[in-house]
Amino acid sequence: MADDLKDLKLELSKNGIFTTTLEELYNWGRRNSVWPLTFGLACCAIEMIATTMARYDLARFGAEVFRPSPRQADLIIVSGTVTKKMAPQVVRLYNQMPEPKYVIAMGACAISGGPFRDGYNVLKGIDRYIPVDVHIPGCPPRPEALIHAFMTLQKKIEEQALRGESRPRHLNADLPSEFPVPEFGAHGLEPAQNDEVFLNETGNPLRIIQ
Amino acid sequence: MNIPPHPWWTIVALLLGAVAFGFTPLALAWLWARVFSPQKPGADKNATYECGLESKGDAWIQFGASYYLYAIVFLVFDVEAVFLLPFAVAFSSLPAGACIAMLVFLLLLVEGLVWACQKGVLTWA
Repeated sequence: MADDLKDLKLELSKNGIFTTTLEELYNWGRRNSVWPLTFGLACCAIEMIATTMARYDLARFGAEVFRPSPRQADLIIVSGTVTKKMAPQVVRLYNQMPEPKYVIAMGACAISGGPFRDGYNVLKGIDRYIPVDVHIPGCPPRPEALIHAFMTLQKKIEEQALRGESRPRHLNADLPSEFPVPEFGAHGLEPAQNDEVFLNETGNPLRIIQ
Repeated sequence: MNIPPHPWWTIVALLLGAVAFGFTPLALAWLWARVFSPQKPGADKNATYECGLESKGDAWIQFGASYYLYAIVFLVFDVEAVFLLPFAVAFSSLPAGACIAMLVFLLLLVEGLVWACQKGVLTWA
């Protein structure tokens, strides 16, 4: 939105007149109805469960409805260690979710392999295969951290312009809805990473020697 | 000319309102799903099984019947026990006809057991 329009909006709101745009209304609806997938992998899942319970109450953010089917979920919280045996299932579940879909990588394991990083069977971060929206460090992160990640995701959704280059994935027909599912090879997963997804700051594929 | 309204017109109006109340959200959901929702189908997304694993094999397979036979043989003993208890309680005051009828019944059940035994049902493999 142009700056003069923003100023006008602010001026009107000072005089008790509320104005909005369709884009803001649309994003307001989107960010307050993100339904996570019932999907726990390890100890982080216990913190995720605690987040939904009365003390932390994720329902305040419109996300209390954990869906047991990927067909009805918008958000996959990768909460725990992703083993190489589990990684294809995680990617397939993500593929089965309808657009728009988001990923929170929760905890040290999901973002990097964590304390099990040196294990031959541990995937060193789920962002090798699916596009992660928010990373949370911690082992495990406290419910406050998950709520913070959730609010970060909400802010991200809120700021998305519905048109232009940076429009959300579901409005961009060119972006894929499915990502290649890795397969079991002789020495771990093949491919070891998805070069379309696992990028460094400059947008080039990250190369990390495993 | 002044025609008085039909006494049932309020019911008709309420009925129409109720139908609209039910169908409008459905129609809106259908419209949203068909017209506005972004369609991005794919092989994984359209798969029948939705728990992350790929389904394999055929659903039209034959299951082993051994457990079924096991259950049938269990019924022989079950029914026998149910009828033997009242038979034993009333045994001393029963006429001869009732006794013979009960023995015929028992014979039928035992016959079933012998048949199953000859078929090899009792040897679990």
